[in-house]
Amino acid sequence: MCYSGREKTIPLSMKDMPRPVGAPMAERMLKEDETPLFTAKNYVRATCLQEAYDLNQKRANAILGGGCWMKMGARSIGTLIDLSGLDLDQIQEEEDCFTLGAMVTLRQMEAHAGLCRALGPALKKSLRHIVGVQFRNCATLGGTLYSRFGFSDVLTLLLALDCQVQLVGAGLVPLEVYAQQPYDRDVLSHLHIKKNGRKVAYESFRNTQTDLPVLTCALSTDGQTVRTVVGARPGRAKRSSMELALGATEKEVADYLQVLQKELRFDGNLRGSEAYRRHLCGVLFRRALGQLREGM
Amino acid sequence: MKITVTVNGRRYTDEVAPDLMLLDYLRGKGCLSVKRGCETSNCGLCTVHLDGKPILSCSVLAVRADGHVVTTLEGLQQEAAEFGAFLADEGGEQCGFCSPGFVMNVLAMERELQNPTEEEILEYLAGNLCRCTGYQSQMRAIQQYLARKKEVE
Repeated sequence: MCYSGREKTIPLSMKDMPRPVGAPMAERMLKEDETPLFTAKNYVRATCLQEAYDLNQKRANAILGGGCWMKMGARSIGTLIDLSGLDLDQIQEEEDCFTLGAMVTLRQMEAHAGLCRALGPALKKSLRHIVGVQFRNCATLGGTLYSRFGFSDVLTLLLALDCQVQLVGAGLVPLEVYAQQPYDRDVLSHLHIKKNGRKVAYESFRNTQTDLPVLTCALSTDGQTVRTVVGARPGRAKRSSMELALGATEKEVADYLQVLQKELRFDGNLRGSEAYRRHLCGVLFRRALGQLREGM
Repeated sequence: MKITVTVNGRRYTDEVAPDLMLLDYLRGKGCLSVKRGCETSNCGLCTVHLDGKPILSCSVLAVRADGHVVTTLEGLQQEAAEFGAFLADEGGEQCGFCSPGFVMNVLAMERELQNPTEEEILEYLAGNLCRCTGYQSQMRAIQQYLARKKEVE
């Protein structure tokens, strides 16, 4: 039996379209001029990372992560490169770091006892609002990090920690550098999260449950100073170049916030205005700072 | 590409297009409980189990199911009917369109969580949207179903 494509790819000759035996006539067909979501001509399950990298050098090809975002685009892909046969769906805890493969799902992360222990409640707080369990069983860490979504909760949280991404071509790159780089044809294979005892707190605000966040904020501390990351501004999450003393006075906190709100660029969209986001930044920052000071 | 998938205990080998979604593949196999809803990974209507884990079949390519076990509501009829009775008693299904995906996720939750709290239930089912019930009746049905299961055990 041959399925020649999704119902969406039917329009050219609907009456000639072979249908699976026993299946009803496709319930939803696109109109002649309607654009299909995305199309792919070929599919390759890579046998090694180098093969994936080589295939990905062609602009028409694309690495397949969880596919949740990709399938909503209208891109015509030549070859889908699947990394799912490369054992990249493992989380390994080593003495000084966690190593997560690119195909680890968001649900695996939140269910991993070692990660939960090391990152505390911030890990679950950053993931629990991402649609639902079913979505988090599909979405992959690699897809999320490579895409560097402006609204990414995961990127915001990880930027507050000491992380490096492992790229097949460029090797190890600090996450804060990778987060600001333009998209290229490299392949992300692993993420390393350093185990250095940093405590992290996470806060986000959504207009409604499971929606994309209006703003995300992660703070981490080594016990002395506090590092701040703000995401969904709505641009990519960014780590502030300034740090604040954990025991700073109220005036120092207010001054720090004022400079932080100037340093980071905020913008408006359907979910919130620039001024609203700027104000939220202060609110979420203070909540997270309170958690760090209380020792989580 | 040729794939071999076990759907509700039956093994199928088929040639599929690389961009065929699992949702379309399953409906093509007659699993009409798998509903097409938002197609933006938000509503949970298309929930099926892939190797026992709930996933959104509108967001997973059929090629990804190669070599794996897929279960739809048709494959869990006894459990679904059992929970469905609680849902009906509480008026938890009205138009019923979201019910198959909802039931699939409740059954996945029952296997994954031990004695879930109300907050845990809400969180687990956050990805299943229902535009009729307001969720209160569904919550009552789930809690009564879980309590009954516990009694029986």
